[in-house]
Amino acid sequence: MGLAGLLMRRNLIFILMSIEVMLSGTGVAFVAAGSRWGQPDGQIMFLFILAMAAAEVSVGLALVLRLYHLHHNLDADAANEMRG
Amino acid sequence: MEVAFYIAAIVAIVSTVLTITRLNAVHALLYLIVSLLAVAVVFYAMGAPLVAALEVIIYAGAIMVLFVFVIMMLNLGKRAAIAEGQWMQGNIWVGPVILSAVLIAEVVYLILRTRLTEAAGGVVDPKQVGLALYGPYLVGVELSSMLLLGALVGACHLGRPVLDKAEGRYDRNSDGARAHSGGNLIRVGVGRASDAP
Amino acid sequence: MLGLLWLIPAIPFASALALAVLRFSRKQVAWIAVGATAASTVVSVLVTMAFLSAPPVAHAYTQVLWTWIDVGGLRPEIAFYLDPLSLIMTLVVAFVSFLIHLYSTEFMIDDDGYSRFFAYMNLFVASMLTLLLANNLLLLYLGWEGVGLCSYLLIGFWYRDPANGAAGRKAFVVTRIGDTAMVIGLFLLFHDLGTLQIQELMLRASQNWHIGSPAAVAAALLLLGGAVGKSAQLPLQTWLPDAMAGPTPVSALIHAATMVTAGVYLIARMHVLYSLAPAAQFAVALVGAATLLIAGFSALTQWDLKRVLAYSTMSQIGYMFLALGVGAWPAATFHFVTHAFFKALLFLAAGIVIDALHDEHSIFRMGGLRTRLPIAFWTFAIAGCSLAGLPLITAGAFSKDWIIWGAWSGPNGSAGLWIVALAGVMLTTLYTFRMIFLVFFGEARSEVTKRPGKAMLVPCFVLAFLSIVSGYVKTPFARFLETVLPWTEGSHSVPITEPVSEVIAALVFLTGVYLAYIFFLRKRVYAAALASSVAGSALHQFWFSDWGMDWLYDRVFVKPLVWFARIDKGDFIDSFYTGVARMNEFTWRILSRTEIGRLRWYAAGIAAGSVVFIAMVLFL
Repeated sequence: MGLAGLLMRRNLIFILMSIEVMLSGTGVAFVAAGSRWGQPDGQIMFLFILAMAAAEVSVGLALVLRLYHLHHNLDADAANEMRG
Repeated sequence: MEVAFYIAAIVAIVSTVLTITRLNAVHALLYLIVSLLAVAVVFYAMGAPLVAALEVIIYAGAIMVLFVFVIMMLNLGKRAAIAEGQWMQGNIWVGPVILSAVLIAEVVYLILRTRLTEAAGGVVDPKQVGLALYGPYLVGVELSSMLLLGALVGACHLGRPVLDKAEGRYDRNSDGARAHSGGNLIRVGVGRASDAP
Repeated sequence: MLGLLWLIPAIPFASALALAVLRFSRKQVAWIAVGATAASTVVSVLVTMAFLSAPPVAHAYTQVLWTWIDVGGLRPEIAFYLDPLSLIMTLVVAFVSFLIHLYSTEFMIDDDGYSRFFAYMNLFVASMLTLLLANNLLLLYLGWEGVGLCSYLLIGFWYRDPANGAAGRKAFVVTRIGDTAMVIGLFLLFHDLGTLQIQELMLRASQNWHIGSPAAVAAALLLLGGAVGKSAQLPLQTWLPDAMAGPTPVSALIHAATMVTAGVYLIARMHVLYSLAPAAQFAVALVGAATLLIAGFSALTQWDLKRVLAYSTMSQIGYMFLALGVGAWPAATFHFVTHAFFKALLFLAAGIVIDALHDEHSIFRMGGLRTRLPIAFWTFAIAGCSLAGLPLITAGAFSKDWIIWGAWSGPNGSAGLWIVALAGVMLTTLYTFRMIFLVFFGEARSEVTKRPGKAMLVPCFVLAFLSIVSGYVKTPFARFLETVLPWTEGSHSVPITEPVSEVIAALVFLTGVYLAYIFFLRKRVYAAALASSVAGSALHQFWFSDWGMDWLYDRVFVKPLVWFARIDKGDFIDSFYTGVARMNEFTWRILSRTEIGRLRWYAAGIAAGSVVFIAMVLFL
């Protein structure tokens, strides 16, 4: 679902949110796996994912703000200067 | 216990769907927070109290709050919602849904293939997790701390005030001109509410 | 004294080089150019005297200068070969060139390209003499190409008019076709006989090839192809009338007296080869006979004075080819000598007329010049009579009668060829006297604006004298040439003897004169009426356009080539290579559509890729 959200939406914020959704989903899978075998590894993996998500969100939001500054809208398709 | 698991799972799924289909960013965010909380409950029901707590504290607490801050700062307003409505028209959901469906199918297939016995498993203590973290996964801990450091530096740098040549491109009276140059984050969006849409 | 042989081509060559590279005043140019040809002539005379007084062994003298190429059995030298044939031709060519150079000093005096003109002319003379004196076929070919080059340069001498350039190109391309045939013939000869040195070649040919062997026939026909191109015979004769675009001295020298006879020389030189290939020799005779008739008819309809003379040259060389073809080798050479004199004279006198009338070329706009340009008239008349064959007094008669007689009695002769030759006499007489009557008699239609000077008149006098006198040396001439070019009487018996044939020729001549007199002097209305009748005008148009050959060549060769070139302008063979580039570009264009910079597109790409990858891992 997170993937679907990512691809559907043009607003950058929504894209970031969808990324969070995806991460969350992955985390569920990991923890479930860890729990099934009674190992702590799944939870540890989730912890790492969490840390990574925090880092990514902060940097991503800073980038979003910069883009907004530049284009004055939050359209993901507007940031296509790397085309060609 | 199982009932709680299923209810929480359904709530998580539904609220995620709602998240990705809302037009208003704040509404979507709120639904996302609900989804994360439901996932925390799922974690607890699966016997992982540590991550459940951490999910609530860090994910729903810190990261989502950060999201909320930024959205509030951007002060998108009614215009953005209308634009979102325009963007969300048509059959744009077909492709992504198909892709996602294929992905789900693969995962389900994988799960079904490895003949899973019932998810038994007891609770995994925080103590166990802690021992594992500072045992075999020590390097991972260190690496993630470095990752966080990098994120910190990056965010600081990106948030700095900038000497902006691009402003010159815009007309003096346009939105761009009125939107403040110099990247002072607090004041981004100030004055927009007073403009005619 | 014979050792001076090499100077004969060398002096004009050096002078051409000097004139091309250095700057001189007009007077200096004239002195250098004319002096070079004069020196060449003097040396030729000295060499002749030495040759006659003390004939070398086997009547042939070779002077080797150095070895030109030495590769795999091919060893041509820069060597000059002197025997009676080349001696006579060299003498004539040098002397006539000298006279024409003298004439040109005054004719071209107003032209800007004075020095360029004489450089080209001297280069031409040098090439022609090299051709005549060459010891081997490769050196001969060098001279051959040299005269072709100079012909092109001189036809298009007034290059500012594109028509002249086109005429020069036409000459070059058409003779090129002949040259290619000749080169293939040279390849064939070298391949089969292993040498290109002429005497050696003749020896080996007669040893290795029996009479009628296909290799001999092939080589002879190919060389005939080259000769046909250079001498403007059928089917490569279309360039000569257009070559009249060049200055008159050029027409006189190159296209009357010398270059066009190079083909005759080639065949005479290789007469052993032609004796070994009777089929080819017969082809030579046929070509000559056909050309002399066709050219004669065409000459009858032309209005440009120089074009009449051009067709006349074609026709007379046809006579020479005819003589070669029937085996009357010395007759052909003798006709060459007399033809050089009277044809050069005709051109020079025509040049005087054209120049005096301020560049008027059309004979229908001339007239009554008999009293106004008397010298031109008398010299032209003498040359014309020599051309037509006025019996007993003119040289042309002697040589032409010899050919006519040979056409029947020669080894390959036949009655048919004899009749053709006589018909040629009739035609020649008709068009010659048409010219004379129209230009010099009747009322004047154009005014004389310029009188010729001494430099133009003296050569005319000399040539006129020679046109009369040179006929009398026929017998010693034949004996002189015997060592090189044997003259054998025909083996079959003929019903008439030589004197009878001569009388018949004379009668034909007189009839022709009378007819010309009627048609062109007395009752011009008859001629006009004939020309404007339906059949008459059709014939007139047909003959005027050189029997339609230009039109034919244009349709058959030129148009398809141009069409093909136009198609190929896009270079469809190159498109194989550009196709690779184009396919690259096409792929690039498609692929660059994926690099649009849109975030979601990239994400979709990642997602799709991962889906595929997982599927592969799962199922493969």
